[in-house]
Amino acid sequence: DEDFGLSQTPTHSQVQRNLERRSQDQVNKKVSELVQFLLVKDQKKIPIKRADILKKVIREYKDVYSEIVNRAGRTLQQVFGLQLVEIDTKHHIYILTSSLPRAEGENLRRDNQTAKLGLLIVILSFIFMKGNSVKDGAIWEFLRRLRLQPGERHEVFGDVKKLVTEEFVR
Amino acid sequence: NIAMAAQMTDAHRRFLQVLMSHGIMEGSEARKLHRRCCEIHKVYYAHDKLDDFISTINSHLQPLFMQIRKGMSEVDGRAHYALVNLSETEITKMASDYAENELELFRKTMDLIISSENGFASSTDILNLADQLKTKKMKKKEAEQVLKVFVEDKWLSERNGEYTLHTRCIIEMEQYILSNYQDVARKCNICHSLAIQSQVCESCGIGMHLPCVRKYFRAQTEPRCPQCNDFWSCDIP
Repeated sequence: DEDFGLSQTPTHSQVQRNLERRSQDQVNKKVSELVQFLLVKDQKKIPIKRADILKKVIREYKDVYSEIVNRAGRTLQQVFGLQLVEIDTKHHIYILTSSLPRAEGENLRRDNQTAKLGLLIVILSFIFMKGNSVKDGAIWEFLRRLRLQPGERHEVFGDVKKLVTEEFVR
Repeated sequence: NIAMAAQMTDAHRRFLQVLMSHGIMEGSEARKLHRRCCEIHKVYYAHDKLDDFISTINSHLQPLFMQIRKGMSEVDGRAHYALVNLSETEITKMASDYAENELELFRKTMDLIISSENGFASSTDILNLADQLKTKKMKKKEAEQVLKVFVEDKWLSERNGEYTLHTRCIIEMEQYILSNYQDVARKCNICHSLAIQSQVCESCGIGMHLPCVRKYFRAQTEPRCPQCNDFWSCDIP
């Protein structure tokens, strides 16, 4: 199990009891670390796996995991106007979304990551239109029409084959 | 403390989200953004209140060990605002984002840059470090890619095949660098901040940022070192 030992989810009252045994300062520090961790991953537009959160941030505090996550979520909302959303409840994968209303002329930074995200969305739409499952060959045929060849180096995306088969699959 | 009592509004949150996506913003950009955020969310706006606006945000970032900090670009002397981590012990934000050997490459690059004369490390010198990494060796091709990412993420700046620290990096890591590179790191004689790129007096060894040199000597007929009064031999930028 990838969950790093969280298969037995403690009840709310168990968590509260566990919380009492911990130093408040230490718990707050974990909350801050989690907030920063989530922000960094979000900037890279990488969905965050619970397994990573447990392994890299929570560690020995996993008995109060739910409390740390709840507080981090509240902080993200209060300070950043961001919401922690679980997009996959089976595999426990999270993203951050803005809870602020969309504004015209939004001047968030555009870079290579934005271009990659665009490509990913295009590929996902294609898969969706084909009934959620598509053979490898069909994707490359589709991309070829967008002038993306697996063998050639693309100006923006670089090694397209690597991008699609390694980075996007993750 | 008035700033402490002030509430975060959606104007503050939007400002923070945009600044965070850029990592660093130049002063006039930040002022435009301040006005825009206040307009969108119909929050009280005064053009000279940006620092108060930022103080409010900072009072809420403090428990998270984060801060919006103002610093000067060593290139054009302009004020910039960056969102930084307040940790003094490690390169924490970077640590979340990069592999161990990438962090090691960055640290070694930083060593080269800080101990150099002019604040730059050549691409060749950095790439030669790649296969000596203790954590996990890197091929030169891979190291080139990693350097590209460091530039995109605004930790490094590149000019003519040479690399220096990005303004964002200097603002974020100034304390860390001053503590950990005490013997090698230089402070500007004029503004007393960390100076990565600097001009140095040949006689007494004091250093100054290029924009600080420009400002200091503007009013003088003969450029003389502020410390030892010897003639300043470098070209005034």
